[in-house]
Amino acid sequence: MNFPILSTIIFLPLLGALFIFISNKKNESSSAIYISIFTSMANLLLTFFLWYSFDKSFAGFQFIEEKNWISGLIKFKLGIDGISILFIVLTAFITPICIISCIISVKKRLNEFLIAILILETFMIGVFCSLDLIIFYLFFEAGLIPMFLIIGIWGGPKKIYSAYKFFLFTLLGSVLMLAAIIFIYWAVGTTDYTEIYKLKIAKEYQYLLWLAFFSSFAVKTPMWPVHTWLPDAHVEAPTAGSVILAAILLKMAGYGFLRFSLGMFPIASEFFTPLVFALSIIAIIYTSLVALMQDDMKKLIAYSSVAHMGFVTLGIFTFNKQGIEGSMFQMISHGIISAALFLCVGVLYDRTGSRMIKSFGGVVNYLPNFSLIFIIFVLGALGLPGTTGFIGEFLVLLGAFKINYLVAILASTGVVLCAAYMLWMAKRVVFGNTNNVVVTKLKDINFLEATILIVLCLVSIIFGFYPEPLLNTMDISVNGIIQNHQNELTVNLINK
Amino acid sequence: MENINLIIPEITLFLGICLALMVGVFFKNSFSIVMKLSILILLGVIYLILTNWGGEQKLFLDSFKNDKFSDYFKILILVSSIFIFVSADQFIKDKKLNKFEYPIIIMFSILGMFFMLSANDLILFYLGLELQSLALYVLASIDRDNIISSEAGIKYFVLSALSSGLLLYGCSLLYGFTGSTNFDEIGVSLITQNTGAIFAMVFILVGLAFKVSAVPFHMWTPDVYQGAPTSITNFFAVVPKAVGLAVIIRFMDLPFKNIIEEWQTIIIFISIASMILGSVAAIGQKNIKRLLAYSSISHMGYALAGVATGTVSGYTSTIIYITIYIIMNMGTFSCLYLMKTDGKYSEKIEDLSGLSKERPMLAFSFLILFFSLAGIPPLGGFFAKFFVFMSVIESEMYALAIIGLLTTVISAFYYLKVIKIIYFDDNKIKFDDVRNLSIKATIFLSCLFLTLYFISPSIIGSLLNELFI
Repeated sequence: MNFPILSTIIFLPLLGALFIFISNKKNESSSAIYISIFTSMANLLLTFFLWYSFDKSFAGFQFIEEKNWISGLIKFKLGIDGISILFIVLTAFITPICIISCIISVKKRLNEFLIAILILETFMIGVFCSLDLIIFYLFFEAGLIPMFLIIGIWGGPKKIYSAYKFFLFTLLGSVLMLAAIIFIYWAVGTTDYTEIYKLKIAKEYQYLLWLAFFSSFAVKTPMWPVHTWLPDAHVEAPTAGSVILAAILLKMAGYGFLRFSLGMFPIASEFFTPLVFALSIIAIIYTSLVALMQDDMKKLIAYSSVAHMGFVTLGIFTFNKQGIEGSMFQMISHGIISAALFLCVGVLYDRTGSRMIKSFGGVVNYLPNFSLIFIIFVLGALGLPGTTGFIGEFLVLLGAFKINYLVAILASTGVVLCAAYMLWMAKRVVFGNTNNVVVTKLKDINFLEATILIVLCLVSIIFGFYPEPLLNTMDISVNGIIQNHQNELTVNLINK
Repeated sequence: MENINLIIPEITLFLGICLALMVGVFFKNSFSIVMKLSILILLGVIYLILTNWGGEQKLFLDSFKNDKFSDYFKILILVSSIFIFVSADQFIKDKKLNKFEYPIIIMFSILGMFFMLSANDLILFYLGLELQSLALYVLASIDRDNIISSEAGIKYFVLSALSSGLLLYGCSLLYGFTGSTNFDEIGVSLITQNTGAIFAMVFILVGLAFKVSAVPFHMWTPDVYQGAPTSITNFFAVVPKAVGLAVIIRFMDLPFKNIIEEWQTIIIFISIASMILGSVAAIGQKNIKRLLAYSSISHMGYALAGVATGTVSGYTSTIIYITIYIIMNMGTFSCLYLMKTDGKYSEKIEDLSGLSKERPMLAFSFLILFFSLAGIPPLGGFFAKFFVFMSVIESEMYALAIIGLLTTVISAFYYLKVIKIIYFDDNKIKFDDVRNLSIKATIFLSCLFLTLYFISPSIIGSLLNELFI
């Protein structure tokens, strides 16, 4: 296939953003809305086509595109395997939902918002497609600019503090990764991922390099104790911003762990597993407890995100098939469910201007349709069988039990705690007495809101009952990662 | 004297300056004529340099050297000077600085810089340096009725004279210890054990560090940047810095090539100090020109990090850095020409607040320029830093690389502050609608370059590879 489909998928949103930028008129946003919906939907169709024509029985990278970029140094290399394709589809799927949600709720400077989201989509898809470390870093970092603006311009009262915190935390983590990438270039002679995968990095370098990559991914995941930017960013970001942040930006780090930390530094990954396990367990239990005490719904979901991402890191570092596939599944499931939960909170926030749990109660009496969907997602978040949330957590715990009972048992408590804070929140918001007059005058969700929520709901339930398409797609690639990991460890043992 | 054509650009420039001076003296209200004439002269000099673009040749008993390296920098300063002339035209007229001396003095300093760049001998080098400095003293205080501008001029004069003195002392020591003023001969006879020559090297380095405003010789920078009229600040921020770095590279490459380790230690210190001070001290600034002054200090730190490696790839990365730095600064200062309310130019950062609502295009330009200055990918500024750190890590100077990368995070903070004020705050002041094509064209070209640079980041690098090999 000569058609550069990956480049097309990456740069199509950018083109759309450029069109909006050119046709930008003050107080006139209908053309911008059409352009943005059109480009994002076209991109979604393209990714579906990509998924359809993806060869699931092939372990290596497909659709590889290669161009000379920095002559003599770096090639612009793109390619996907069974892991990245799912994230690309997720990104392309979430973006139109975000666009529709901001058409509903964003009142000021809509055109700029749409431009920012489309540019962000370009960078996010770029992260998942790039096969060169420098290109990866470029897209990984570039995403900060639009997100900084989204939080800062359209955010809540403490937006400036949150935007700064988000930007500086992530940048601080990432610059160390840049140093590591440059070091790899001089140590191995290339930054092409497939080449590094073959050539291997010397054992003595692996530990420090792993830590440098870890500093970046741990901030982005976010892992305890560098998770503090996330609740702030989520609370202050506008709904669409929170959705993108939770659904995709956090997944970049999980993807990074899986692709780069495991792929390039197998020995160091094995060595640092206890560290990751400890931090994941702390994240799961501690942030769940913190989530119990939140009175802001968005903050509660933000802390639950930290806990869920704890499962993801736990699963990745079990190095077995159940664990890794579980965390992949957990990431996709979290991408859908937390996005939907943020959209639900957004629905309430648009109507009342409040996100506080105590200002609601008895919502079910006035917004029955909304409440139904909201409860489905709450149950999905706590891992009810039949939703995607269950399969992810189940597989991760399965993988964890295989290697360490203590870790698995401690992680299991997180499932219980998650049920506790989620259900308690649902009880206080949806059921109970209405002690706020405002709630009694609310209108139920409109057609657009219902559409996007129902689509998310269907996806969550379909893949909850029938996870095969997702697992099937990633299976061979995950096997490849595990195989490579085992080989490296054996080689290392023999050398000892 | 058959090689006289090598120095034709300098001769032409000098004759051109004399002609412009005559025109200025004998015609009334001759500012605009002299300005146009100057631009023509500079264009002509560019043409002459390009036609003579070629190998390395020396003349005047090896004291004047013309090579691709100096040609590249000459073209760089000529092009940026033309842009400054064109984009600052409106500003100069508004500030009533439209005296014909202004372009002439700038051209004299350019002439001095030409000799600095081409010098292969300490005496010629010093003469060029002094010609340049004298012109810059006058430029700093050109707004003579303004007390801040005069103060800036005096400060710059006193400190710069001191540093020139130190540099001259260094030159004389070097002559005393090596017995020659020619760079090539010094390079051959200088050896590590020669302590006196190392003293000389330190003195010369102090003088040069002053010119590029590297810490701890940076004290003049914020005051002069703030005091001098914006167009002059633009010139100060761009042209002498590029020349200073070029001369540092030249010194390191020729006379001091044998004592490179001693030299490296000092450069590393200066580089780290500039990066840290430049980023930390800028945080509290309220005047945008002072902010840019500290920002330029930290940028010099990064550029010097490339020099500190002492390798060809390091020098190349520094030249790439300074080229992109010039482009970023041209854009940023052109934006300052648009900060005009009721006919007065404002310099306070808080006056920018809410700019994105009133003037979205200007705000967007600021956004690109400042994110680029902060070195966030995929903008041009990132690649400038990337190439520098690439060569620094190649030379295994990990501490320098890590400190440099961490200071980019600190400096990101104050660049973000300006963007925050532009995009997140509420509108307070309404800027005049300046309809000036040349300013907007400069900003547009600069932003276009910075955003599209990622398409082919090796473009400057491959150009430079031809220069050195």
